[in-house]
Amino acid sequence: MTYDVVIGLEVHAQLTTRTKMFCGCPTTFGAAPNTQTCPVCQGMPGTLPVINRRAIEYGVRTALAFHCRINEACRFARKHYYYPDMPKNFQITQYEEPLAEDGWLEVDLPGGATRRIGIQRLHLEEDVGKLVHEGTLETAQASLVDYNRAGVPLMETVSRPDIRSPEEAAAYLRAFRAVLVSLGVCDGNMEEGSLRCDANVSLKPAGARELGTKVEIKNMNSFRNVQRALEFEVRRQAEALDRGERVVQETRLWDADRGYTRSMRSKEFAHDYRYFPEPDLVPLALDRRWVEDIRGALPELPRARRQRFVSAYELPEYDAGILTQSRALAEYYEAAVREFAQPKIVSNWVMSELLRELPGDDERAIAEAPITPARLAGLLRLVDDGTISGKIAKAVFEEMFRTGEEAAVIVRREGLTQVADVGVLEGMVDAAIAGNPRAVEDFRRGKTAAAKALVGQVMKASGGKANPAMVTRLVEQKLTRS
Amino acid sequence: MDLQRPIHELTAAYRRGETTPSAVTEAYLARIEKLDGRIGAYITVTAEEARATAAAADRRYRDGTPLGPLDGVPLSIKDVFCTRGVRTTCGSRILERFVPPYDATLVARLAAAGAVMLGKGNLDEFAMGSSTEHSAFHVTRNPWDLSRVPGGSSGGPAAAVAGGLAAGGFGTDTGGSIRQPAAFCGVVGLKPTYGRISRYGLVAFASSLDHPGPFGRDVTDAALLLAAAAGHDPLDATSIDAPVPDYTADLPRGVRGLRLGVPDEYFIAGMDPEVERAVRAAIEVLKGLGAGVERVSLPATPYALATYYVIAPAEASSNLARYDGVKYGLRVDGRDLVDMESRTRAVGFGAEVKRRVMLGTYVLSAGYHDAYYGKAQKVRTLVRRDFDAAFGRVDLVVAPTTPNVAFVHGEKEDPVAMYLNDVFTIPADMAGVPAVSVPCGFTAAGLPIGLQLIGRTLDEATVLRAAYAYEQATDWHRRRPELA
Amino acid sequence: MISREEVEHVARLARLALTAEELERMRAQLNAILVHIDALRAVDTEGVEPTSHAVPVVNVMREDEPRACFPRDAMLANAPDRSGEFFRVPRIIED
Ligand SMILES: [Mg+2]
Ligand SMILES: [Zn+2]
Repeated sequence: MTYDVVIGLEVHAQLTTRTKMFCGCPTTFGAAPNTQTCPVCQGMPGTLPVINRRAIEYGVRTALAFHCRINEACRFARKHYYYPDMPKNFQITQYEEPLAEDGWLEVDLPGGATRRIGIQRLHLEEDVGKLVHEGTLETAQASLVDYNRAGVPLMETVSRPDIRSPEEAAAYLRAFRAVLVSLGVCDGNMEEGSLRCDANVSLKPAGARELGTKVEIKNMNSFRNVQRALEFEVRRQAEALDRGERVVQETRLWDADRGYTRSMRSKEFAHDYRYFPEPDLVPLALDRRWVEDIRGALPELPRARRQRFVSAYELPEYDAGILTQSRALAEYYEAAVREFAQPKIVSNWVMSELLRELPGDDERAIAEAPITPARLAGLLRLVDDGTISGKIAKAVFEEMFRTGEEAAVIVRREGLTQVADVGVLEGMVDAAIAGNPRAVEDFRRGKTAAAKALVGQVMKASGGKANPAMVTRLVEQKLTRS
Repeated sequence: MDLQRPIHELTAAYRRGETTPSAVTEAYLARIEKLDGRIGAYITVTAEEARATAAAADRRYRDGTPLGPLDGVPLSIKDVFCTRGVRTTCGSRILERFVPPYDATLVARLAAAGAVMLGKGNLDEFAMGSSTEHSAFHVTRNPWDLSRVPGGSSGGPAAAVAGGLAAGGFGTDTGGSIRQPAAFCGVVGLKPTYGRISRYGLVAFASSLDHPGPFGRDVTDAALLLAAAAGHDPLDATSIDAPVPDYTADLPRGVRGLRLGVPDEYFIAGMDPEVERAVRAAIEVLKGLGAGVERVSLPATPYALATYYVIAPAEASSNLARYDGVKYGLRVDGRDLVDMESRTRAVGFGAEVKRRVMLGTYVLSAGYHDAYYGKAQKVRTLVRRDFDAAFGRVDLVVAPTTPNVAFVHGEKEDPVAMYLNDVFTIPADMAGVPAVSVPCGFTAAGLPIGLQLIGRTLDEATVLRAAYAYEQATDWHRRRPELA
Repeated sequence: MISREEVEHVARLARLALTAEELERMRAQLNAILVHIDALRAVDTEGVEPTSHAVPVVNVMREDEPRACFPRDAMLANAPDRSGEFFRVPRIIED
């Protein structure tokens, strides 16, 4: 039997603010355990939270990029449950009045189609600390707690159940990450946990109206794992349904090593979070002008930029996609095109040469590339005006990358300038003809290919420096005349 | 040495060089040594710190450079304010050994004003109670009659000020915990506007209701203590960013022209007739001083208590969730984490705290949330509207602080009977408006009675001004208990 | 009226290990208090806004400027059990 897959994603993103959500402790990743805390983020008696303005700004910025409705009047609430990584045994989050609601994200699917995935809500909250188990969670006799991460600002974004396949889920997550990174609100590093994804998956008979029982999947810490986990879960549920079994509503953990999802120990009793408005924080009434200023300062988003590259530079979708994979790369490309106005040629060089040396999604590496856009343009100009051949240019590019020198300097020092002197070339051509009477014969009998062989000879003799176009013309003249 | 004189007289003596902060501090420490075994006003006495602070104040007076009206003044601080390096117990086993690494804003401000902290005052565990019988360590006794309670939850500081074991003190008022013990102990107790004094470092009971405030022997002292403690604090998002007036400046202006409202709902069947008589007499005195008096109605008053017993426990159940034996305080070992946490809390919390944590958890739980917590929040709005309406017509509301006087230890076993003590103090906490309790007489048995004056938001000045006018016209505040 | 089962559920939510007698006493006392609280049902709150803050203040925020953290030893000083640079807790069995 065939089923419709229904997936909703819940993404928690750590914001790149300098300080935590409610105290002045820094958010630096990887500091020594319990060295990035204070009485506030460790929930000591008597302490009080104070909202980090930049966290709100980042939330608004992201919500606007996702076309959400900003709730100018929003507030924080307490969510109660006991866990030792959560110092106060409640989490300050947003419940009935989230920062933003009802947005969408345009996602390009493998194969060119695009889909608009609804975003239900976006809200801010505080992260919890980290638990280190002495052994595995199951066997540990004790666990160790590090509160460095406790209180780091988290942005939770809940998609609508609009996602129809594991591939779509991965595509959504990629597009989502690209937006956050280009907005500068999150570093997008899934391995370090800056971006965490949970999914709700359910199946229903193809075309059926009402949704099936949904299962929550946790612990998918990479794009690849999200897709693998969801593929496994879809298969698992389909097989269960095929066997006529019911899918149990539960939370399952993705085990990346073993490649399956397993049920978390079923809860003794349902959670009861007992939300109520955080009395230590006053409500927000966001200033419209502030929101509009944030909107006005939004950077161009990856997808819009890609479309602009296609229309403005007449690049193939493929080129545009690669060149906009990071903000730095797109800016590199545009800077180069400003200096050398042949977009496709620049694109070819960036894709084939620059990206052979550097990862295109590494903002830093691209921004600090030893060959600046201006110098790449300089190299391309030397090819364009015939000073050097394309073949030589590739060698010069590698030298530039190594030494950081300008193309012209290298060409001059290595004497790589193309031979374009007719006199010199005639001599070389004559010599080639003289040395290959056979080729001349063949040509006369109409084997035009023989000319190519002669051209090759001359190029070889010139060490690649002869101007190929001129050599070809001379060879043909001489063969037809003589 | 007279340890019963008000702060403004004490500091005048310092300035005249008649005595020194060290001499007075030593005298208080000696009296605590002598009497506190019987009164039980303190949980922790910080003699060494007090001596050091007093010595520094001595030098300033000698150099003629005192820091201000509290320099060298020995105070009792309720043991819910965090004190860096000094254990802060909240009267609970669960925090018996908790030593904060930081100072509450209030504590830091008093230190900056040169005040001398004699020690941490006793209280009902986590400020939950009206008798200071529910401290995990010992009860506090009323200096006027050691068989009776001092009121609560700030019974320690109130008894210390009444018994001459401190020149002044600070407590907290969530449902009446400053005004009720002030009334029971015959001292002045002020609960300022919510947010007027920072809550940073005050261990929370019910965050939206907790009000820090001073105890003094007279209104002038209360005004001086308020002035030193009040003001905006960036560490407390609910603290009010408004200038702090000189609360003593307006005191002598009198009550002529002030309109006082007497709420029908504050004179209820079953209240002590001696209390009603004294309060009505006090109102006549104010009238005689030129104040206009009229009846007002605060119709939501009968529901304030029930509202309080939903909202306060709900917030408390949340605020006390952090005491789990993981980060600080008591730990009782168990089979696993949940067992450890559950045993720790069962052993670490006293009966009253457990009762309120259970009640608060229940009223917030799925299925009851709207019927109890949701409803209570709406009724709280009605209580606030009552005051808004009343203050449209009058400048102050005048009423008894409590329906009765200090009761005998163990007299109120039944929780609800105990809760009824706070019927007249709870509404001002719910509305966040300032209110003071001043001595207005004694029962035939010699027990103090309190008059309550409630004012508009941030209008502490008028509240204190009327209290001062009444105080100057009477001499109740000059009476002191006999303690040999 | 609150049932024995509800009291047990609430005690679990509140992480309180109560003995059978305590649970029973708690049930009786909670009921006594709830009877009093039920008086609220009589109040007409139609269209009344809830109050969660005594004083109406909004938009209190701090700038994103780092403040010094506390030394680890100061933060671990009150720990009932620690292991080196960590707080230590007994084994966790999901509930
Ligand atoms: Mg969340
Ligand atoms: Zn912190």
